[in-house]
Amino acid sequence: MLAYIVRRLLYAIPILIGVNLITFALFFVVNSPDDMARMQLGVKRVTPEAIEKWKVERGYDLPLFWNGAAAGLGKATQTIFYGKSVRMFAFDFGRADDGRDIGREIVTRMGPSLAVAVPVFVLGLFATVSFALLLVYFRASYLDTAGVVLCVAMMSISGLFYIIGGQWLVSKVWHLVPISGYAEGLTSARFLILPVIIGVVGGIGSSTRWYRTIFLEEIGKDYVRTARAKGLSERLVLFRHVLKNAMIPILTGVVVVIPTLFMGSLLIESFFGIPGLGSYTIDAINAQDFAVVRSMVFIGSLLYIVGLLLTDISYTLVDPRIRFQ
Amino acid sequence: MMPVILWSDALFFLLIAVTLGGAGWARRHEHLRASWAMVWASRRARAAAAVLAVFFAIGFVDSLHYRPQLPVEAGKPPAYSVEVLSALDALLTPLRTHTEKTYSAPLATHSFAKETQEAGGRDFPPLKYPGTHLFGTDKVGQDVLYLTLKSIRTGLLIGTLTTLIMLPAAVLLGIVAGYVGGWVDDVIQYLYTTLNSIPGVLLIAAAVLMMQVVIDTHPDWFATAAERADARLLALCAILGITSWTGLCRLLRGETLKLREMEYVQAARAFGVGPLAIMLRHILPNLMHIVLIALVMDFSGLVLAEAVLSYVGIGVDPNTISFGTMINAARLELAREPMVWWSLAAAFVFMFALVLAANLFADAVRDAFDPRAA
Amino acid sequence: MSALLDVRDLSVAIGGRRVVEGVSFGLAAGETFALLGESGCGKSLTALALMRLLPPVARIERGNVEFDGRELFALPESKMRSLRGGGMAMIFQEPATSLNPVMTIGEQIDEVIRLRDGKEGRAVELLEAVGIPDAERRAGEFPFQLSGGMKQRAMIAMALAGEPRLLIADEPTTALDVTIQAQVLDLLKDLQRRRGMALLLITHDLGVAARMADRVGVMHAGQLVEVSDTKQFFRGPAHPYSRRLFASLPENLAKPPEVGGEAKEFLAVQDLTVHFPIRRGLLRRTVGQVRAVDGVSLKVSRGRTLAIVGESGCGKTTAGKAILQLITPTAGRVSLDGRDLDELAPRDVQMVFQDPFGSLNPRLRIGQIIAEGMTAQGIEGDIGALLEQVGLDADMASRYPHEFSGGQRQRIAIARALAVDPRLLICDEPTSALDVSVQAQIIALLRDLQARRGLAYLFITHNISVVDYLAHDVAVMYLGRIVEQGNVDEVLRGAKHPYTQALLAAVPRIDGTSGECLLVPGDPPSPARPPSGCHFHPRCPRVMDRCRAGYPGAVTLSATHRLHCHLYT
Repeated sequence: MLAYIVRRLLYAIPILIGVNLITFALFFVVNSPDDMARMQLGVKRVTPEAIEKWKVERGYDLPLFWNGAAAGLGKATQTIFYGKSVRMFAFDFGRADDGRDIGREIVTRMGPSLAVAVPVFVLGLFATVSFALLLVYFRASYLDTAGVVLCVAMMSISGLFYIIGGQWLVSKVWHLVPISGYAEGLTSARFLILPVIIGVVGGIGSSTRWYRTIFLEEIGKDYVRTARAKGLSERLVLFRHVLKNAMIPILTGVVVVIPTLFMGSLLIESFFGIPGLGSYTIDAINAQDFAVVRSMVFIGSLLYIVGLLLTDISYTLVDPRIRFQ
Repeated sequence: MMPVILWSDALFFLLIAVTLGGAGWARRHEHLRASWAMVWASRRARAAAAVLAVFFAIGFVDSLHYRPQLPVEAGKPPAYSVEVLSALDALLTPLRTHTEKTYSAPLATHSFAKETQEAGGRDFPPLKYPGTHLFGTDKVGQDVLYLTLKSIRTGLLIGTLTTLIMLPAAVLLGIVAGYVGGWVDDVIQYLYTTLNSIPGVLLIAAAVLMMQVVIDTHPDWFATAAERADARLLALCAILGITSWTGLCRLLRGETLKLREMEYVQAARAFGVGPLAIMLRHILPNLMHIVLIALVMDFSGLVLAEAVLSYVGIGVDPNTISFGTMINAARLELAREPMVWWSLAAAFVFMFALVLAANLFADAVRDAFDPRAA
Repeated sequence: MSALLDVRDLSVAIGGRRVVEGVSFGLAAGETFALLGESGCGKSLTALALMRLLPPVARIERGNVEFDGRELFALPESKMRSLRGGGMAMIFQEPATSLNPVMTIGEQIDEVIRLRDGKEGRAVELLEAVGIPDAERRAGEFPFQLSGGMKQRAMIAMALAGEPRLLIADEPTTALDVTIQAQVLDLLKDLQRRRGMALLLITHDLGVAARMADRVGVMHAGQLVEVSDTKQFFRGPAHPYSRRLFASLPENLAKPPEVGGEAKEFLAVQDLTVHFPIRRGLLRRTVGQVRAVDGVSLKVSRGRTLAIVGESGCGKTTAGKAILQLITPTAGRVSLDGRDLDELAPRDVQMVFQDPFGSLNPRLRIGQIIAEGMTAQGIEGDIGALLEQVGLDADMASRYPHEFSGGQRQRIAIARALAVDPRLLICDEPTSALDVSVQAQIIALLRDLQARRGLAYLFITHNISVVDYLAHDVAVMYLGRIVEQGNVDEVLRGAKHPYTQALLAAVPRIDGTSGECLLVPGDPPSPARPPSGCHFHPRCPRVMDRCRAGYPGAVTLSATHRLHCHLYT
């Protein structure tokens, strides 16, 4: 088992290198730094001096891969590829356009992101699994049908409307919580309640349906018939036998997103003015801050790969068939 | 007038032709006919299909583009406007041209904002076309109903062309990885794991930012603003496709692994049938139901994604009318007192109808075609 | 004799279709009643209806079931629940899927004990009672860690935990190998005798019924067509359907005609070996080999049939596929008429597969399926004539596989193989998925084709009872090697190897006599870790010291009869 995990760990390295190369190609090969400078400075009336200054400020004035003018190791290190791509592996992301250090920014913004994302994840998982179990318990009844229709309707509504509608109703009409904002410490709860509820409600439709399908698939299996033949009550059959088996695909399916919780939610953070990594990304996109977007791509991929690893590990923990092989 | 066929029009027509051709093919094949009969047997699916058909009809009419002729001056060759219109625009000429000055509520007779009157004092000025705007007008006085109808084409294109663009790669790579195995499988798996590792939104954001740079630095590539917006729309489809083919590819690979061990495949191998022929004859036809299910299931998600991406600013061209750009424009006005709610309401109603119909239809298709669902 | 179970006029419907119609029978305490019938006759649904465990699509239309004086269909669900597992318990066909995969065996048994307020720890006792060695350890293991036979024993232990008065066993040994089947049947019989349980045995196998039952009921198309005492039934069944069943038994088929002239060697297999590497660890190094086929040599003569017999996992299917080059052999030589097989066109050797549902591409018409080989080989042929040759209509070529029954599909698969006019046909369990009456037809067809076309067959099967009526020569495989081979008379009637003898003895015969004398204990070992010396020694009733030391060399008893056993060296 250890060998298996180590193998997966080693497999993550070429993937991360691949991600890095794709990002590099996207940002520096598709467009030259000159193009980017021209675009950011205003396309037409831009002087060569201004472009050069823009490039020097960001370190884009170096050659892409090979610096023939430099000496020794510098031939390889004094390049855009080394400065912008290779150094990411050391978590050195450089500076944003506003001059701040991206790495430090990321660390300070993770807190607020987690403050929203973790409750959404935990409560959402609990709510959807419970809801799905409820529907399955009353399967093939009107309650089940109504629940499924409700789920389809809920997943047909754009996330934007959940946020806009929630803000309007709860904050503007009922004046229950502030419409947006963020504070440190316990006072933040006031600001977090609404985004968390919206995050949970927005995900109910699709997740519940998915879990319901998994439960129903398990219920059709032979061992469930055996459990009934043993004289177990429907409740015991559902909670002891079906739930245990269905939680394997459910848990291993959600484990992959746990690390990416650090990234926060783009929409919720930007609507509610939460200073997390999601709103950081949105601001960077709007300001066309390439350095920040590039860093977020790297961090996001890294966290996703960690998620894949956790999935593999969780499989070995949850499923005895894999644990003992 | 001069007909204009934008790239997206051509692809949309191709899609409709493929759909019709596929329908004809399905009629001649019993298992397909039986499955479709199961779809049509559901009242819910029939209702959803009817709604979708209306949406697609609107989208189709909106894809017949032309440039209207300018008034002819004697002795000169006819000149055409740079503005590209569609048959839908022509049909909706009253809606399109009856613009007000600014916001007005649905079916209102007076404007939303007070203005200084000629007669002195400030009051709500009467509208030019009172009581005709079913969903009111937006900031620059455009009819909201017109905007929502125009948004439909954008949503449909994103929902269908994305899958269409990524389909060949996903099917080809999935089958080859599953059937050939070995290092080919390793390479393909590496490829999609890597692409899949980059969070979708971020990859799209990065790609769209870069695409914007390309389009902005080459203004000479596009004759009209419509072509430019169209190029951006297609590029968005392609980018969405690149980020979303991995799921289908993985699914097809897994299914191919199972089919490869089926006895009819082994029988074919015993006859000395080559790998290519086996993949085409025995693997692909037995995977088509998965492709179809993926096609209809992805549609609604993509329509929803368009709204979010356009809202964030990495979706369609800001000048393209879409649900996302509508919501983006309307959202800022929510804080007004009294509230400007009608743009959002209209976008909500139309989007909800489209996505709900798509979801219900997709469910019916999945139930009919997925052997496990029965 | 007061009845423990009394079923009166039971009818079950699925949709609008009656699948069980007016079934009535009774069962006394301590008695065994076998419900006999082919697939789809409604015997399993009858059993599930008694437990009130029918799938949601099925509905009890009418009828009464009285168990121990109580009307089952009138009981509220909670009362019924306490009866399930307590009064009546049930075991199922597929031990592999019928146990919860993520709970230990012990937990699953304890669950029943707790329901009956029994004391903890009885699980181990029960596991010992069903003959599971090392029960303490096994109780803590998960189902996938147990072999098929062990799983079925665990299922039985679970059923016994509630001390039931009636045990319903739905095809309890169908998924098991014949030597394991003999063990499990013995166990059931023994437990029944000791506990005085009534046993309702659902089976398709006349031999199993003959061996186990006091009384037999035959079901056909939802109806119970005949109920009678076992002895009387097997002496002479009354109902025409029962008589047809008897007539289709391989035992009652005519023997194949002996092929005239000298047996000319045709297919020669020399030391065929297929090893699959086991890769482990960080670098996926090969740490061992699964010796699926481990040096098999055999010959098939023109126009004759060689049967390879063995239990699941003995490598017989792998050997067949390796001969056809569908699996690349690790070593060995296969030649046809003196020429190496890899030089030959694929048309010389063809294969008929086991699963009639998996062997035809559902997306192709019958005509296209049959034409595939001809197109690949560039030959012309008459599809209609081929269909007629296998007993189907020529105009079926335009239809799709799903319109055909299992037997018809198997005929289509045979027509497909014949389309390229092969000289040798490898038949991999072509009848094991079919009902006995259909099996008889397919065997008859194969024999007819052999006579007409001079085909040679390599017939792979686990069912030793069909061998006598199809094959001229037999090879018995155990753990990747052939342990005994010879002509049919030499092997079936003069078996020398203890394994062959055990295999033959384990087959339940309709005279009800077999299986008692020589019971082979335990499970076949894994081909990844074959035992030292003779592979059979851990299970052999006549094991000697030198059996553990080295694999026995070949012993030649006659020109055709050879075996590997230390008893004869």
